[in-house]
Amino acid sequence: MSDNNNQQQSEALFSPKNKKLLTTPLGKENPINVQVLGICSVLAITVQLRTSLVMAISVVAVMGLANVIISILRHGIPPRIRIIVQLTVIAALVILVDQVLKAFLYDVSRQLSVFVGLIITNCIIMGRLEAFALHNKVWPSFLDGIGNAAGYGWVLLTVGFFRELLGSGTLMGYKVIPQFMYDLGYENNGFMILPPMALITVGVIIWVHRHRDRSLVDVS
Amino acid sequence: MTNRYVFLYASTMVIIVALVLSGAATLLRPMQERNMRLEKMQNILSAINIPATRAEAEELFDRYITVTKIVNYEGEEIEGDAFEVELQDENRKPVEERQLPVFIADVDGENFYIVPLRGAGLWGPIWGYLGLESDLVTIAGANFDHASETPGLGAEIADSSFEDQFIGKRIFDEDSNFRPVTVIKGTAPPDDPHRVDGISGGTITSNGVTNMLRDGLKVYKSYFEKLKTS
Repeated sequence: MSDNNNQQQSEALFSPKNKKLLTTPLGKENPINVQVLGICSVLAITVQLRTSLVMAISVVAVMGLANVIISILRHGIPPRIRIIVQLTVIAALVILVDQVLKAFLYDVSRQLSVFVGLIITNCIIMGRLEAFALHNKVWPSFLDGIGNAAGYGWVLLTVGFFRELLGSGTLMGYKVIPQFMYDLGYENNGFMILPPMALITVGVIIWVHRHRDRSLVDVS
Repeated sequence: MTNRYVFLYASTMVIIVALVLSGAATLLRPMQERNMRLEKMQNILSAINIPATRAEAEELFDRYITVTKIVNYEGEEIEGDAFEVELQDENRKPVEERQLPVFIADVDGENFYIVPLRGAGLWGPIWGYLGLESDLVTIAGANFDHASETPGLGAEIADSSFEDQFIGKRIFDEDSNFRPVTVIKGTAPPDDPHRVDGISGGTITSNGVTNMLRDGLKVYKSYFEKLKTS
């Protein structure tokens, strides 16, 4: 499917086709819920909403830019070393994000620790470069990158929301469960802080997702 | 696409990436170094149980840490800025040549002595600060951190539940013999002033803390003894 948009030079920026690039990864082709990619970081950094948010924004930035850069270079990249080129572009962007976080959001960067660097290995990003940006124009590639990163991001934020709320009784670090609840005997669920509960939360999200979208069930 | 093209393409790409990254690193370095300085201040303050956010770290550090100095193995003062001493470099030198930083805090008229520590965990370096009360025997507080210990196991040394065990422990016994705190496997008797509970599943990191305390404090022995007699 090389350059399948060539004939439609004057296509509107948000034509239905382009909009679809942005919206299908949020639902029907969600990288986490449907393709089950990027699970490792979902387990690791969703204990708090704040780290989830920074991670989601970082991945949106890396993925949008990587897709654009690879799409611009797509005619020049020698096919034999295309994976290396993709990896170099991703790695460079991730290092940039890491440096910026260390300079401006030092605390969050300490909490995310190695996981910022591990964005490089997030298979969603390289998957989209290989499957989409290498064969499509810049603007659709940008939308595809943002769409997939957002699809990853909203699952991350949902998991982070429930884990922080039920695990620590806070959201973004602010106390939201009122003191009288604790006085009545309510307790934070320590299980929610542990990685296995992220897996179970993702499982519940997938369950709800498939319940609402029947076409995802019975693909055979 | 000839081999020549592939090589040229790869080399050009690598050079461009290198330029962009080194440019960004140079541009952002001052801000990153400031963040690290502030974190060091936070850690030093936390060794005498003064919680400080990053924003107030500098102000609180200036208010409480009244004297910083460098001493040598013999306990003599030497010239230099204690805050800038990198323990990582010092620990490679023979003990006689090491620069040993001391931070002296004055909290409402009471003196505290804070010394930095650095050692090895399971996967990488561990480090920390130990605050001593003015008797130079009783531990006022401890702050540990690590580069890459296993989360949930060795990484727990940076948790306050581990650090708070050290409060009130002693580094000299009743006969004034040097006896630093040991992190033991299992549960330490609560009234034992020289032992604390280790971390289950984090034995090697726990031993690392024991060694770091022993080696890191040993070099200050002459200085402490000098202070006590004066």
